Amino acid sequence: MLQTNLKHITTEQEFRDTLKNNEQVMVCCGRMGPMCIPVYGVMEELEGEYGNVAFRDMEFDGPIGHLIRTLPECSSFRGLPFTVYFKNGKVVKATSSIQTRDQVTGILDQHFSVKQHGHKHL
Amino acid sequence: MDTNIFDAIVIGAGPAGLTAGMYLARAKARTLILNDGTAGGQMVLTHEIANYPGVESISGYQLATIMRNQAKHFGCTIRTNVKITELDLDGEMKSVEVNGKDRYGARTIILAPGGRSRTLGVPGEDRLKGKGISYCATCDGDFFQDKDIIVVGGGNSALEEAVSLTKYARSVTIVHQFDHFQAFPHAIEEAQANPKIRFVMESRIAEFIGDEALERVRIEHIPTQQLTETPIDGVFVFIGYMPNTESLRGKVALTDSGEIVVSSLLETNVPGVFAAGDATTKRFRQITTAVADGTVSALAAMEYLRTAAAPDARTVIAAQEEMVV
Ligand SMILES: Cc1cc2nc3c(=O)[nH]c(=O)nc-3n(C[C@H](O)[C@H](O)[C@H](O)COP(=O)(O)OP(=O)(O)OC[C@H]3O[C@@H](n4cnc5c(N)ncnc54)[C@H](O)[C@@H]3O)c2cc1C
Repeated sequence: MLQTNLKHITTEQEFRDTLKNNEQVMVCCGRMGPMCIPVYGVMEELEGEYGNVAFRDMEFDGPIGHLIRTLPECSSFRGLPFTVYFKNGKVVKATSSIQTRDQVTGILDQHFSVKQHGHKHL
Repeated sequence: MDTNIFDAIVIGAGPAGLTAGMYLARAKARTLILNDGTAGGQMVLTHEIANYPGVESISGYQLATIMRNQAKHFGCTIRTNVKITELDLDGEMKSVEVNGKDRYGARTIILAPGGRSRTLGVPGEDRLKGKGISYCATCDGDFFQDKDIIVVGGGNSALEEAVSLTKYARSVTIVHQFDHFQAFPHAIEEAQANPKIRFVMESRIAEFIGDEALERVRIEHIPTQQLTETPIDGVFVFIGYMPNTESLRGKVALTDSGEIVVSSLLETNVPGVFAAGDATTKRFRQITTAVADGTVSALAAMEYLRTAAAPDARTVIAAQEEMVV
């Protein structure tokens, strides 16, 4: 189990339900490593700011990691984590390796219709 | 623009900054810690820490989480993933602007920005990061099972990681800019004895080439400037660390290599501004030494707050009138 404060996706059913029940979903599939932890950290912060995006993580080596690993959009990826953005169940963007907060918000703002909750101050 | 006033602002939430925060907050100083990434700094790059006294073995992430919680528990305000857009260290009241909008003031500032891995800065590197270019062998080594890879660098990390990557890769080529290594003899011997490792000396990567993923590299032989193109599956870069002090140039005294010049009490050349951790001029860079620096800088900053001339009353009053905390 990943030690983050995000909701974890651990079964195929949860994965399908998450995509079905949420218009906009960001899934970070990784390990507890130095390239992954900063991305989870950014997602934890953005959860309070981007109200209509579901932020989830998934274990790269877990039983359903292949659901992300084998996506065609990730076929050229060779760096953890694999981060995938879904809109209406379809992949709209995928990134490999560490991403900064600016890179993540850049993608959210470009590909999702985002309702900001206002910044979580202090 | 509103200004929030604290007693002390710490820039950086690695072990140095978090420790400084703990000591300041425990001494009842209102303390703000600002960090441009995830709290923990380079500690979160470390899978296992076995040399932090009092803890037999712990992951860097866990140690970072504990330190962050301690700092918060003692009353520090911590803002992570923020960008410092303006820093004014002159005068009694220092000020920091964050994300182009939030402004904070304090009479003392502790700089603890640490360091980061050097990148090569050559064409193709940014675009192909995670698609064949990596900076972490433990994270990404297993993507290169039976592949041909390059390791760039000639220090201990490069040679040790090259050896560890032979667990996965079919071949590992070490590309190094000099004709000799800067590693410990045992690390050099181990790499030289490994049949999967070969060496390309006095050479540098000039370009990464590939559409969707890395396909080839262009390597320059430095003495002759001759370029060769080699097909390759992956490149791991381990060329050392640099201090995160680019934005401090002209604001505090730095050495030529960018380290912050400090006294034994970790004072910089600017009154009221202290510095701690890997970004300072020091010989040994470890979590223990960063934590020690955090302690010393915080105690010295507290002494400064107690003894230095009172701030210009007008500045403080004007700032406090705007205060919104
Ligand atoms: C792979 C690796 C393994 C290591 N293993 C060990 C080990 O086993 N044991 C050990 O003792 N040491 C180890 N170290 C060294 C140790 O991690 C460092 O010496 C220590 O983390 C330095 O602490 P610091 O607080 O000075 O800086 P850092 O840990 O670098 O933290 C600095 C923080 O400041 C932030 N920052 C930088 N610039 C700004 C800015 N402008 N605005 C806001 N925030 C900013 C950074 O994002 C970072 O969070 C290791 C280092 C690495 C890279």
